[in-house]
Amino acid sequence: MTTQTDLKPARRPPVGPLLGRVARLPKAGQAGLLALGVGVAVWLPNGIYSGVAMDMLCWALFAVSVDLLLGYTGLLSFGHAAFWGTAAYSTALLAVHAHVVFPIAVLAGAGASAVLALPIGYLAVRRTGIYFAMVTLAFAQMVYYVANEWRSVTGGENGLQGVPRELFGLDLSDTYYLYYAALPIAAAGLFAAWRIVNSPFGRVLVSIRDNPARTRALGYSVRRYKITAFVLSAFLAGLGGGLFAIAHGFVSLDTVHWTTSGEAVIVVVLGGIGTLWGGVIGSVLLVWLEDRLSVAGFTLVGLITGSIFVVVVLAFRRGIWGTVRALFHRERDGRR
Amino acid sequence: MVDFIRFTVNGLVGGSFYALLALGLAVIFGMLRVVNFAHGAFYMLGAFGAYMFVNEFGLDFWLALAVVPVALGLVGIVIERAFVHRLTRLDPLYNFLLTFGLTLILQDVVKARYTVSSVTIPPPYPLAADANLGLFHFPAYRVFVFVFAVAVCAGVWWLLARTRIGMVVRASTERPELTRAFGIDVSRWVTPVFGFGIGLAALSGVLAAPTRAISPLMGADLIIVVFAVVVIGGLGSIFGSVLAGFAIGLIQAWGEAYAPAIVSQVLVFLVMAGVLLWRPSGLFGREEQMA
Repeated sequence: MTTQTDLKPARRPPVGPLLGRVARLPKAGQAGLLALGVGVAVWLPNGIYSGVAMDMLCWALFAVSVDLLLGYTGLLSFGHAAFWGTAAYSTALLAVHAHVVFPIAVLAGAGASAVLALPIGYLAVRRTGIYFAMVTLAFAQMVYYVANEWRSVTGGENGLQGVPRELFGLDLSDTYYLYYAALPIAAAGLFAAWRIVNSPFGRVLVSIRDNPARTRALGYSVRRYKITAFVLSAFLAGLGGGLFAIAHGFVSLDTVHWTTSGEAVIVVVLGGIGTLWGGVIGSVLLVWLEDRLSVAGFTLVGLITGSIFVVVVLAFRRGIWGTVRALFHRERDGRR
Repeated sequence: MVDFIRFTVNGLVGGSFYALLALGLAVIFGMLRVVNFAHGAFYMLGAFGAYMFVNEFGLDFWLALAVVPVALGLVGIVIERAFVHRLTRLDPLYNFLLTFGLTLILQDVVKARYTVSSVTIPPPYPLAADANLGLFHFPAYRVFVFVFAVAVCAGVWWLLARTRIGMVVRASTERPELTRAFGIDVSRWVTPVFGFGIGLAALSGVLAAPTRAISPLMGADLIIVVFAVVVIGGLGSIFGSVLAGFAIGLIQAWGEAYAPAIVSQVLVFLVMAGVLLWRPSGLFGREEQMA
């Protein structure tokens, strides 16, 4: 790091960063949408199959964790399945072998992911942009290989089966009740993400996204902020992954596969990068769509998700929430 | 000792595929600043192309080696024109995401026809037997793969280093603005270079077909290792990428021979971690601006 690089203005991509500004809806609109969101979340398992509702909850956490990095720090992690999956395995192991009550198991699983994220983040933030994506993808593949080979612990291709749902003798065998037991954890995770984004810490992240050189000139350790964001994001992804393991009662290699990392990114882009809640909407839509497809007996899910990805990236880069917000703000830079 | 040499030859053969794929990735990246996730998918399509030629059309493997890469290279040109081109002025991450989406689509199209189970084809005549390498016998076709891959890499090097086209490509890779200032229309070369890179991916797929299980997922799993390879070599450096490809092939082969399975699979990523610590821009990469 020479002083010369410090003085040079940041080299920016020709048409702005990946996403828009941090814009917010008017206060009344915010409150209304929040109430609507809470209402839908509470009502959800009464309207749809509760297993699907539970998946939506888990994926919402996953998507928000990816958006925290992609939308607010400008880092595309293409390996978040490593954290989703590590937490799923850790949670399941605790529940199977130690019969830990599920909220504690999920928290511990998320903690395990955060611990894993420290070395991976430390190494990955040494590169930026597209390299960061490749490096995270590669490390996630390493985790996949380990999960595949370490059969005595992970069960290899058979996965980990028979994960119990323990909570002080309560009967949670019906996923309907598990959903309500898990809702506070997910809500806390989403609230934490919202707090992070709207805190001074979050502002520094956005400033790193928009102009890393200037942020460093202001005296912030860009690298340390990025690593912290990475670890926090891994913890949130881990919360989702742990709940996912409890909800399904088993953990398969799919949880650490690169397609899972990719799907998390699809969900965020579909919902709107840098919007936080967009990821939640994207998750709800994709989980619902995949459920419909599997009910219909359609197995070529990649054909659909891939097409959604191509169309969104080509023509709908603002995503759903980004578009809604743009309508509110009447922003007119159609290039985004 | 004989065993060690055998493992080494094996590693060079495995490294040939990494090197060819890394070469294509590096050529495309150099010209377009696009990291092509679909590279693995085209490798897979190349392998299925060879399978179709041999098993379904009853044609010669050597014909597939000549025709399939060209045909898929043309498909690459169409994809560049139809999709990639629209995003090249945006953040390069968008094209990474786009090619990821294309990968999912291509994989499932193949899955729809061949399901997830794998198929194989035999080594082609006259290389079906083992060759006597003096110290030991080794499948002749695999020796051919290595020699052919080295020849292709050398050919591409010659193309880049000694021809006018290569000069333009190198110039626009390293200093696009300056190259334009010299009155050279850089954009004219973008599409053919993309097609060429895709053709290289398909070529390695055809080459791999007689040596590996051909399945819809064979490409994506491989391309992630190739991503680690190009991070190690430095994606900006074509020479570095190719060299890292062969080196990783060797390391993996030795790891498979002398270490438990889990270590040998993880080895390449550990090397990548070491390179990130020691030389973050890759062994042969130029320093980029870091924040």
